[in-house]
Amino acid sequence: MKDLYQSQRAMRNMRQAAMQRGVIAILDVGTSKIACLILRFDGPDRFRDSDGVGSMAGQSAFRVIGAATTRSRGVRFGEVEAMAETERAIRTAVQAAQKMANVRVDHVIACLGGGLPRSYGLDGQAAVEGPVVTEADIGRVLSACEVPDYGEGREVLHAQPINFALDHRNGMADPRGQIGNDLTCDLHMLTVEAATIRNLLHCINRCDLELAGLASSAYASGISALVEDEQELGAACIDMGGGTTSLSIFMRKHMIYADTVRMGGDHVTGDISMGLQVPLAMAERIKTFYGGVMATGMDDREMIDTGGETGDWERDRRSVSRAELIGIIRPRVEEILEEVRMRLDAAGFEHLPSQQIVLTGGASQIPGLDGLASRILGQQVRLGRPLRVQGLPQAATGAAFSASVGLSLFAAHPQDEWWDFDIPAEKYPARSLRRAVRWFKENW
Amino acid sequence: MRALRRNRADAAPRDPAPSRWGYRFQRWMLTPGLRRLILVGLPLLALGGALAGWAAQESNRQMVAEAIAKARMEFLSREEFMVRVMAVDGADDGLSRRIRTVLPVEFPISSFDLELAAMRAKVAALAPVADAAIRVRPGGVLQVTVEQRQPVAVFRGAEGLRLIDAEGVLIGPLAARADRADLPLITGDGARAALAEGLRLYDVAGPVRHRMRAVVRMGERRWDVVLDRGQRILLPTRTPIRAFERVIALDQAQDLLGRDVTVVDMRIADRPTIRLNEQAVAELRRVNGQEQEAGDE
Repeated sequence: MKDLYQSQRAMRNMRQAAMQRGVIAILDVGTSKIACLILRFDGPDRFRDSDGVGSMAGQSAFRVIGAATTRSRGVRFGEVEAMAETERAIRTAVQAAQKMANVRVDHVIACLGGGLPRSYGLDGQAAVEGPVVTEADIGRVLSACEVPDYGEGREVLHAQPINFALDHRNGMADPRGQIGNDLTCDLHMLTVEAATIRNLLHCINRCDLELAGLASSAYASGISALVEDEQELGAACIDMGGGTTSLSIFMRKHMIYADTVRMGGDHVTGDISMGLQVPLAMAERIKTFYGGVMATGMDDREMIDTGGETGDWERDRRSVSRAELIGIIRPRVEEILEEVRMRLDAAGFEHLPSQQIVLTGGASQIPGLDGLASRILGQQVRLGRPLRVQGLPQAATGAAFSASVGLSLFAAHPQDEWWDFDIPAEKYPARSLRRAVRWFKENW
Repeated sequence: MRALRRNRADAAPRDPAPSRWGYRFQRWMLTPGLRRLILVGLPLLALGGALAGWAAQESNRQMVAEAIAKARMEFLSREEFMVRVMAVDGADDGLSRRIRTVLPVEFPISSFDLELAAMRAKVAALAPVADAAIRVRPGGVLQVTVEQRQPVAVFRGAEGLRLIDAEGVLIGPLAARADRADLPLITGDGARAALAEGLRLYDVAGPVRHRMRAVVRMGERRWDVVLDRGQRILLPTRTPIRAFERVIALDQAQDLLGRDVTVVDMRIADRPTIRLNEQAVAELRRVNGQEQEAGDE
């Protein structure tokens, strides 16, 4: 746990340095596209009260000054598969965004779609030293959490305290300053494959960029696609991406569960390509133009020119009806949604007070998806689009960019994580010496 | 597995990705400091270098200097700035001739080339000039306005006759006393310093005025009034005017000065003394002797 602590703290410091400089880049390395946003932080005082812009979710603190998207290469299931290809794709996106922003960025906050995330609920207990709860007490109770054996080759991506209980009072967001004896906390820990992180880190470093933060894409799209009430009362955000469908459950403004289904829009495209025997590019085009999941009588008559592109233009002029296309798409989408349903059930989603489900991500744009999803997932389903942030180009406001926008919010206002609190002094090996050094630093 | 080494023939037809070095170069060029350096610094440097290189040649520098001088000359010698005439006001002919000789200005001349302050100092330094003002009047006229000193007396010193103004400043030489017979004559050491008192003597002279030849300052402390026929009135150091008035009153009452008197000495107020001519003394003695003889008889 120590080195994780150190590396995450180093990332926090890097983020602080980037904030000082005022420019930071957001990199969403997905299976189908790589998006890069460049944010400029001008400080919180850019709006007067009369402008009607409060701090909101922190999106008033920054402005998007550069945005670029490129087709992703070398990524499968949200994981880097061919390093050189991915690196070049990242370079393309970063360069285009820099060109638009007309500024150089050195710090980047990235998100991770794949890597088999696994959620753990941890709890810890510690006695409060002194009359009121202090930050040191929180650090102590966090370090008292019993960390399960999450396996070799995995790393902690998030470790967020989601609930504090002081004596018999439960559901505290911030117990600091409260009077009590016994502090208990619940921690949500998310681990991913270490190799996935390492590969992504390597690609980013090869582009001369420094990683200033890392977040799960399920978490990022959750904080941008869910509105505040949904985050408070309990909701699930389902980000249907190209290679993976990630889902995150929010409750009391904290992510309490995250998981991914390793299926997404690319699989739909593959099905179309195989079913209609057309190239992948053509299948993608047909999917985006004519795709759907609910067939009606009208669709039997709507013929789609598939264009075999076998070179025999005279003979090979196949066409399919839209109903046939829907017949290919629908089973795969149902499969994905059923898989999601299983994960939600496993997480105990039905026990939440509100069971809102928000579909976002590029693949959620299939017409009729909300109707299909409400049959599988439950009645409270809506399609979500990311929060509006300042300066974001129109082209990047779609559902496909909810992870990028969420990462921007994450960059502006990162949630307190385990490593933001000091490790209690007892955990230091050379305790007395270090305390002596610290005493010197503080007093001189 | 895809080929690890990219073959030129089957390389992707168009890869949008920048090369690693291209990417680095672009990032380098987006660095704010460097960007400013290239956008502002380099052009300035090139411009400065070109300018310095061009100016390194002597002939070029000369050309620039000449062009500047020519433009300056052209501007200075514009018709609006030319001065063609000098006008002297408030000076008589002799003084204006002298002013024209001490201001050797060759007309036409640009008004920028005239040093008015120095010229004014030169004119003001002339003896007969009390005050002078010089300006360039519209129409290209160098206007010299002079306030001339007015002579109030003729002063006779070691160098000869001089005109003198009320402040005791010597204005200029006088060839002959007869040239300014209207002015009183004053002489003697320290006469210039006590000029006002000397002139006052003339003012109170009244009936003797036409007989007065000069007032003479004696020993820098008192006055003598010299009349014609060699008569002399010696006045005291203090209250010379009153003493002189007494002499005039005496003259009017008893025709003192009409008699054969050489000197009337008023230096001691209680005891005015007169000196007679030798013949008069002899005559007086003779008359007195006769009276004595008559008395004796």
